[in-house]
Amino acid sequence: MLISNIDVIPGKNIVQHIGLVQGSTVRAKHVGKDILAGLRNIVGGELSAYTELLQESRQSATDRMIAQAQDLGANAIINIRFSTAAIAAGASEILAYGTAVIID
Amino acid sequence: MTNLFILITMIIMGFYFGRVAERRHYSSLSSREKAFRELQVLTIRRPPNSHRECHTNLVCGSTVVSVDFFKVFIAGFKNIIGGRLTAYESLLERARREAILRMQEHALRLGATMIINARFETSRVSGNASQGIGSVEILAYGTALSLNTAKPPIPDR
Repeated sequence: MLISNIDVIPGKNIVQHIGLVQGSTVRAKHVGKDILAGLRNIVGGELSAYTELLQESRQSATDRMIAQAQDLGANAIINIRFSTAAIAAGASEILAYGTAVIID
Repeated sequence: MTNLFILITMIIMGFYFGRVAERRHYSSLSSREKAFRELQVLTIRRPPNSHRECHTNLVCGSTVVSVDFFKVFIAGFKNIIGGRLTAYESLLERARREAILRMQEHALRLGATMIINARFETSRVSGNASQGIGSVEILAYGTALSLNTAKPPIPDR
């Protein structure tokens, strides 16, 4: 599965556009990590617990998107976009979407 | 009285640790940026002629940063008179550069020679939003182009 956020796959021709595929996940984090993050807010700096959480979520959103594209018989996804929304305190939704295509 | 004491302690801690962390982060950023200068990051949407035939892969790098208490305090004052909030500017600049570096690291692990169509996204993590202290996530993502199509890159999972 070739995935990219540009409109073309270099050196390949797009045979068929299959359509929009998406994957999303909503994650909340651990209370303990939240308290640590609260302390971090005093001294500033990176909140690695959140960074990890969001990276894992983004990975699983991407994996779901890829699984959906495979179900539809695509072999590449182009024009991928990410979007993140904080829906409640400590929980965020991560969405990955793109266009599934068949390339030769 | 106790509250005032706690507040002052928090401001001093924020000022001290925030400054130390910021200085250390800036020096680490510039040394790593020098090391990664070979790997171009572009915002063009089409691969250049040198990369007509290549393998593409989505790469991303992200970081979540929070402001220190001193900066929140200063920004609170600045909000009254308006103007540039330099305290927040430096924080976001650092975070964005860090996100680019992580994206470049990811691309290098895949054996890429160029990143095109780089995009940024900023979102607020609402964990401590009720206190008015924001944590911000910055994501940088783009398409990594690797020239050696014969050897497929190792997926980073």
